[in-house]
Amino acid sequence: MNASELPLRAGPVVCARGLRMEYGRGPALVRAVDTVELEVSAGETLAVMGPSGCGKSTLLHLLGGLERPSDGEVWLARRRIDRLTENALARLRRGAIGFVFQAFHLMDELTAVENVELPALLAGQSARSARRRATELLEQVGLSDRADHLPSALSGGQRQRVAIARALSNEPLVVLADEPTGNLDSTATLDVLRLLDSLRSAGQTLVIVTHDARIAATADRLISMRDGAFVEETRLTHGTTKRLGELAGLEG
Amino acid sequence: MSEAVGVSIRESSQGYQLRVVQEVLLALLAAEPSHGYQLRARLQLALGPLAASLNAGQVYVTLTRLERAGLVASERVGQTDRPDRKVYALTAGGQARVAEWLTDTSWPKPAPAEFHLKLVAAAAGGLADPVRLVDAQRHTLLAELAAVQRAALAEPDDSLAGLLLEGVVLRLQADLRWLEACAGYWTATKGR
Repeated sequence: MNASELPLRAGPVVCARGLRMEYGRGPALVRAVDTVELEVSAGETLAVMGPSGCGKSTLLHLLGGLERPSDGEVWLARRRIDRLTENALARLRRGAIGFVFQAFHLMDELTAVENVELPALLAGQSARSARRRATELLEQVGLSDRADHLPSALSGGQRQRVAIARALSNEPLVVLADEPTGNLDSTATLDVLRLLDSLRSAGQTLVIVTHDARIAATADRLISMRDGAFVEETRLTHGTTKRLGELAGLEG
Repeated sequence: MSEAVGVSIRESSQGYQLRVVQEVLLALLAAEPSHGYQLRARLQLALGPLAASLNAGQVYVTLTRLERAGLVASERVGQTDRPDRKVYALTAGGQARVAEWLTDTSWPKPAPAEFHLKLVAAAAGGLADPVRLVDAQRHTLLAELAAVQRAALAEPDDSLAGLLLEGVVLRLQADLRWLEACAGYWTATKGR
């Protein structure tokens, strides 16, 4: 299952119903995710913000099938995924979901282009078409000239862009990003921000968990999370230029 | 009472923009005499999408005021294919004013005191949950950050206006970071 097989207007790409994740029991019970209802439409970029420990990473893991919920349902496109077998879930993660992590998680002994083509190879594509796709993706993230470099020869920002290219390898239904700029300085953050914004413009469905206001501000919709639950939701549309003048101090 | 406060805020807002435009026009004229159209074009280049918040005719109105105040002097210059245009130049008084502006280090003040006091009062009187007030405020600022950032991303790399928008983005980020500190404080207080 990938984006090209998704029927148009098939409802939300990602959907959570009564989602709950609990650790421990009795007085030590922690509700990391507390009865979350969520729908992410095709082409939408959603940012989830909150202080560390609010449950946002756990939520992302549940949506991506990396962990199983204590209660509730997770749907990807029209498929319920929280009850799939381990094998089916692994297949689904490889083919339909692109993950981006704070610590990049690249294979140190593989070059940039080899890292990017890996998911396509695992999904059974021919070496040739996987390499072609990986080369295209590296171009898209502005790293064509780094294709044969090992991760150790790349800057943090470049590594994250390779990781994003890898996440796109199998044309995933959704890209799930966990603090994608958490390890980056401000220049590298800006590069990743531009890249995420171009993915948004290209219609990629994205869920980004972040505490970086700047990254969150690229989203179409923003949700704040506290103690495992959603507390505030805002649709981020383009503001008026009039208000811009006020913010810039051109009007008092 | 509240009406009086509202009026004074609006007046100072218009006065502020007027002052900024006055100062920058004088400074641009310090380089060489110029005419209204050219000055407006330079402002538009520096402000990009923010130029829309200048009032229509602001440059021309301001030049007239500056002339009346004796800070600039104008001269009519004939053109073969168009009506005459007015070329403005600085007077000695105008030059002194520019020197003063360039060395002035006063800086527009951010204003966290009001919001801070709002949280204190809300908590003290049990009027509202301060953490919720922070959440709502944060979302308002984030929506603004989103608008500014989109405008910034739309500018080419070497854009003058992009540099200004970057300044707005960074200030909003600073405010948001402070709101995070507020949320932390008032969350901790709830447990006490």
